[in-house]
Amino acid sequence: MTLTTADRKYTMFSPVLTVLRDVLARPSGAIGLTLVTAHLVLALISPLIVPYDFKATNSSMMLTGPDMAHWLGTDHMGRDVFTRVLLGGREALLVTGIATPIAVTWGGFMGIFFGLAGGRIDEVMMRIVDAFLSLPWILKMLVLIVTFGTGVEVLIPTLAFFYGIPVIRIARAATHDVIARDFVSAARARGHGRMTIIWRELLPNVLDTLMVEGAMRWSWMLLAFSSLSFLGFGVSPPTPDWGLMIADARGFMSFAPWGVLGPVVALSSLIIGINLTADALAKALGIDRAQKAPV
Amino acid sequence: MTQPVIDIKDVSIGFDGKSGETLHVLRNVDMSVSEGESLGIVGESGSGKSTLALAAMGYLKRGLRLLDGSVSFRGEDMFSRSGPELEKIRGGELALIPQNSGQSLTPTLRIGAQIIEALRLHSSVPPAEYSTKAIELLSQVRLPEPEAILSRFPHELSGGQQQRVAIAMALAGEPHTLLLDEPTTGLDVTTQAHILELLRDIARERSMAMVYVSHDLGAIARVCDRVMVMYAGEVVLDGTTRQVLKAPVHPYARGLLASIPRLADRQLPVALDGRPPAPGGVGVGCSFADRCALSEDRCRAERPELTTLPTGEQVRCYFADRALELSLRGSGVEPAVVRADGEAALSLNTLSISYQQPGLLDRVFGRDAAIVATVDDIQISVARGETLGLVGESGSGKSTILKSVAGLLPPVGGTITVAGGTPLAPMVERRSADHLRRVQLIFQNPDDSLNPRHTVAEILSQPLKLYFGLSGEALERRSAEILDRVRLGAHYLDRLPSQLSGGEKQRVAIARAFAADPDLVLCDEVTSALDVSVQAAVLDLLNELKETQGTTYVFVSHDLAVVKALSDRVAVLYQGRLCEIGPSEQVYSAPSHPYSEVLLGAVLEPDPDVAPVLAADDVVESSPPAAGCPFQRRCPRKIGAICDTDMPPWQETNNGHAIRCHHTIATLTQLQEEDARA
Repeated sequence: MTLTTADRKYTMFSPVLTVLRDVLARPSGAIGLTLVTAHLVLALISPLIVPYDFKATNSSMMLTGPDMAHWLGTDHMGRDVFTRVLLGGREALLVTGIATPIAVTWGGFMGIFFGLAGGRIDEVMMRIVDAFLSLPWILKMLVLIVTFGTGVEVLIPTLAFFYGIPVIRIARAATHDVIARDFVSAARARGHGRMTIIWRELLPNVLDTLMVEGAMRWSWMLLAFSSLSFLGFGVSPPTPDWGLMIADARGFMSFAPWGVLGPVVALSSLIIGINLTADALAKALGIDRAQKAPV
Repeated sequence: MTQPVIDIKDVSIGFDGKSGETLHVLRNVDMSVSEGESLGIVGESGSGKSTLALAAMGYLKRGLRLLDGSVSFRGEDMFSRSGPELEKIRGGELALIPQNSGQSLTPTLRIGAQIIEALRLHSSVPPAEYSTKAIELLSQVRLPEPEAILSRFPHELSGGQQQRVAIAMALAGEPHTLLLDEPTTGLDVTTQAHILELLRDIARERSMAMVYVSHDLGAIARVCDRVMVMYAGEVVLDGTTRQVLKAPVHPYARGLLASIPRLADRQLPVALDGRPPAPGGVGVGCSFADRCALSEDRCRAERPELTTLPTGEQVRCYFADRALELSLRGSGVEPAVVRADGEAALSLNTLSISYQQPGLLDRVFGRDAAIVATVDDIQISVARGETLGLVGESGSGKSTILKSVAGLLPPVGGTITVAGGTPLAPMVERRSADHLRRVQLIFQNPDDSLNPRHTVAEILSQPLKLYFGLSGEALERRSAEILDRVRLGAHYLDRLPSQLSGGEKQRVAIARAFAADPDLVLCDEVTSALDVSVQAAVLDLLNELKETQGTTYVFVSHDLAVVKALSDRVAVLYQGRLCEIGPSEQVYSAPSHPYSEVLLGAVLEPDPDVAPVLAADDVVESSPPAAGCPFQRRCPRKIGAICDTDMPPWQETNNGHAIRCHHTIATLTQLQEEDARA
């Protein structure tokens, strides 16, 4: 026997590295991952590098255009837009960064469970899922927020709950593809329990789909969070937030467009970055069937 | 010799590898087919045979590039033609019949509409005559009731009928040349034999050129005048069918022939060791050198050229004269018989299984009884250490029985008993740990039965942890031992299934079953997804394990020669009912049940001198008859009304050989002797 720990490590990490390399080799993956990484790094270090205090108002400097001192101009209260754009994604990334994994985890498990259980449980639960999906998202969310308030402690579970529901559908469909395969029958015939089959046979094969779905959900969730802020149900002033900034500045858009442009570019670049990464990831994992190798 | 219809000269085709290098799929291939000639291209998966056939149409799969050489059809270059020009030729003068025509027919269009489309695009038939021409085409491919078939949808036809429709569509354009890519793979033996006869007759009548791609040398022997053997993207042998199949002068061709199990032998076929090189993996020398018994230093240093021998065949080997010394026969290893008398390792008592469940309305109105069981009245007992072969066409219920024994499909009636006399619980979830361990199942396709996300170590650890609670050092040691037993080294433990070849994957699946230390192993078409040379190795391995472990096998296969190579006793199933059961020597010789006779007659041997004996009818049935003999509708020896109304009685000949037929054994013997004389 010539097994060393080094060999074991190699097989454990090499698939991840291979996929990462494959993602970066695609133009969409390289651009997307660069954008996402830049946003994450900036969100982490922005409090240390911002040029001004984000809540320092200046009544003599209202709505001035971009210049050397204020790269993106100032808003209607004379605050530096560049500073606020740098800081404006922190809250959104924090909330969605926590809510997305929760959504994917609970949605994924429910989906796999219903897919495996089949029969009447599956039938009833999927109709409930359909009912939820048929309601406009903003309506569902506003009802909960109006009932329970707007803080982070409400926003995270609300977003995680509603964005987990479409994940159930995706995970169930992926489970159905896997369940028909003989290795699941083999595990049943050996006598493994249902949890072992979910954990060891199904989950590893559904994980790819869940990862891609998670990335897509993340970008949707960012958009939803910013929309809530835009409507005044998200982050409360004076904390800077892209959605809130767009809402504040849109009245002056005709003569001071920089107030809207800054947060819009920031938010869209992050969402585009996530979508490009998800796209490249799907191709690298082979979920996108059109991109399979020729031979 | 006339001008060749397809002329491929020095063609090399390749694709770009991950690090930018060009990997060859075909290397310097020459191929020419003349009018009225039928050329077979054989090789194992990955040998480039399909790529070559598609290149003859000027078509390359995505990512492939023509690196060198030229392809011309009727004197004109195919790769320099424009799209519309190619569209006119393809499906018109040059028609393709694909492997799985069930998938190439549009599911939402009626057969008539699809044939008429082919006529509209590729023939000069005036629109008014489309439907008469369509009926004419369907009767040419010997489909019964062609008028009725016109209005059917593809899913209403059997696999064989779909393949006939595809042939009819190909003939619509009055082609000069037919390209056939594994046209009978996946069809039942009887259907396959009929389709091959049909293709042969059509090609002769119209003096068409035919290029027939297949891994099946038996099929090639039936339809081809000339055979090209491909290996690792190059032609290694090209000669007449008789030359290639009777006395091949290339070591690879000989190895391939020797690895095919024969009906006439009671010996295991010889496996070809090693595996073919991957694209780009061929060194400077002969591509077969690593697996060749004759190879010398020169073979590894310099690539042999394709040379023409005085006898006419072309061969790519330095030692063509010595190749004839290599054996073509079986390995001389007889299947192990470890039969111990005493209690049965498995008995099935009046087992019946049904896929149909009574619906709500049926239950309300008490109509449960109307359902005809898919598998019914199965009474088999298998002695310890014995191998029972289950044979029959698709739909005969052979895999269904295995699933039921494994507890994946509960029977509606009867019991399954293992050694010790305790009946197994119908569902796997209710079985005791000991019962679970003792019965293991090996599936057809290892790509599907091994979790692609698990390493070999994880795959083997599952039964070891579950049944024996092993962990740590002990687990690793035991896994390595088991791998060793299936002739894979411990270094395979860290590999994922995608890093293994087809044969290696099946070995891992076998290792997983044997890790449980089972009494009874159920083998469901375990060699069907493998190349013949690999199949031989797997059969050899199963035989060896049986000898050393004293395991009892139930071996299911549609391939009668494979079953014969391994089984002590054989049971023949038709529509979920037993027709015949007995020691394999006796089942494979007269007197047989009329169905066994039809099945055995349709077996294709890789020998141009052995023609199959075809029954008049090859229509596949989808459900068993409600009363009488299951084989009543297709039986060539049907007596009359009694066959439709009464289930035939079991008649024993000798030695536990029993046939279920209304004919007496004496009559069957007489009828079959008469036919043999005629």
